Amino acid sequence: MKSLLDTKQLAAIRRRLLQMHHESGVGHIGGNLSSIDALALLFNERIGDRDAFVLSKGHSAGALYIALWSAGKLREEDLGTFHKDDTLLAGHPPARGIAEIMFATGSLGHGLSLAAGTALARRLQGMEGHTFCLTSDGEWQEGSTWEALIFAAHRRLTNLTVLVDHNGLQGFGHTDEVASMFPLFDRLKGFDVDLQVVSGHDLDAMRAALDTPSDRLKIIVLETTKGKGVSFMENRMEWHYLPLKEPHYSLALEELSRA
Amino acid sequence: MRKQLCDALVARAATPRMVFLTGDLGFMALEPLQTALGERFINAGVAEQNMVSVAAAMARQGMDTWVYSIAPFCYARPFEQIRNDIAFHDLPVRLIGNGGGYGYGVMGPTHHAIEDYGVLLTLPNLRVYVPVFDEDVPAVIEHAGREKKAVYIRLGRGEQPADYAVPDYSPWRELVRGQAAPVVAVGPLASTYISALQSLPIEKRPSLWAVAELPLAHHGLPESLALAIEAHGRVCVAEEHVARGGFASELCLYMMQHGMTAKLVHLHAKAHHYDRYGSQAYLRAQSGLDPQSLLQAIEGN
Repeated sequence: MKSLLDTKQLAAIRRRLLQMHHESGVGHIGGNLSSIDALALLFNERIGDRDAFVLSKGHSAGALYIALWSAGKLREEDLGTFHKDDTLLAGHPPARGIAEIMFATGSLGHGLSLAAGTALARRLQGMEGHTFCLTSDGEWQEGSTWEALIFAAHRRLTNLTVLVDHNGLQGFGHTDEVASMFPLFDRLKGFDVDLQVVSGHDLDAMRAALDTPSDRLKIIVLETTKGKGVSFMENRMEWHYLPLKEPHYSLALEELSRA
Repeated sequence: MRKQLCDALVARAATPRMVFLTGDLGFMALEPLQTALGERFINAGVAEQNMVSVAAAMARQGMDTWVYSIAPFCYARPFEQIRNDIAFHDLPVRLIGNGGGYGYGVMGPTHHAIEDYGVLLTLPNLRVYVPVFDEDVPAVIEHAGREKKAVYIRLGRGEQPADYAVPDYSPWRELVRGQAAPVVAVGPLASTYISALQSLPIEKRPSLWAVAELPLAHHGLPESLALAIEAHGRVCVAEEHVARGGFASELCLYMMQHGMTAKLVHLHAKAHHYDRYGSQAYLRAQSGLDPQSLLQAIEGN
């Protein structure tokens, strides 16, 4: 077991995430802030050399890069290249070049299938380790995500855990107003899966959900807040896309410093 | 070719890393493979997008991964999964599409695959096999299994005359020798022309070449075929594929890049413009791909 994260470290991770976005001038901050706690937890405490991870919500690549940085898998100077020419750190996860990133994602609805294939191949080959996959909630509007769920549940992939970043906002509206699947928990529980719902910002709750043994595919719905940790970004759809400029950057840092 | 496919894959089944995924197809054909592979035979259900991404991930884990469906369901529905998850990552997944071209004739346009290899060859890291004869399948499976790249295998049905001696598999084969301007046909369509061309007197008979691997740039043109095209200043290409993006387009580009000048006669599949449907032979005739249409096209060579 690696050393446990605490809330102060999470605040520092958030600040580094905002710094990277500010310096690169790019958006997708809201969904990064909703998922960064889970990603930091996974890479600092759970994912080891024998495990695998697929970021199905590829637009949260920024949070993934910061989580990898926090776990010593990316260097400080790597982060400085984010979104720039000749970088490995593209706006969505790259196809090659970073060992912990197995697949280029970004077109939604692919990641759960990729994770299921990884888990099944490892099971067939008698390999140890666990596969984790983080999806958004909006991408459950993709039919292929449900194809993957049917497949993974049917095959009882106990070496796979699916996390859903359930922040309730997508690119152009609230998820329940665009094409509602609310409550998502009720839709998922009809499948033969081990379904849990916890706060995606509560480290202990997430740890407990991850550690609960299961004889079926485990799905953890993470109740999250888009833009979490920065008051003027929280639950605001525009922060799905907006770049982080001044004075918002300084205001955000100040809030996170008080956390 | 399904029987030959099944036999060829069963012969590989002892390889512990082999895995075969089907989109709920193969009834009355693939049961021996299912038995041979056990849990490594995966019926992924009617969910081709998931199946292809799962296959990509299994190949990423080092498995010898084969995917099967009927041709249109193999590439059209999961095209983005082939592009993003297989081709972008240069993963050696072997996609097998049964009944390419008009193979599922009267089943209707949803079951036709007449733009498959043109579409797929726009992707990086992918090669295409179109076996000409049923007898080619074991060699094609062996070749495809050795590829480090993704592969799409378009299966059809060889229709050579009963007394025709099928030559050993090769990407290029001259099936009929002749003295007139050559005909190049892609895959099993070539086998349907053998009788008609053999009936012509030698001086009016084109040489008939069958190509079974694409893209053309991978193997190039056989020297004797290139010489024949240049000598006659004319070549006829026949393919059960729409005009755009097909083999003829590739050949034109190749010839121009190599300074060759020739008139091209192109026989190709019509793009789903039929009012009525019928068998593969009927649809080939509607497209002008039947042997009689070929004879008319080459008249005056």
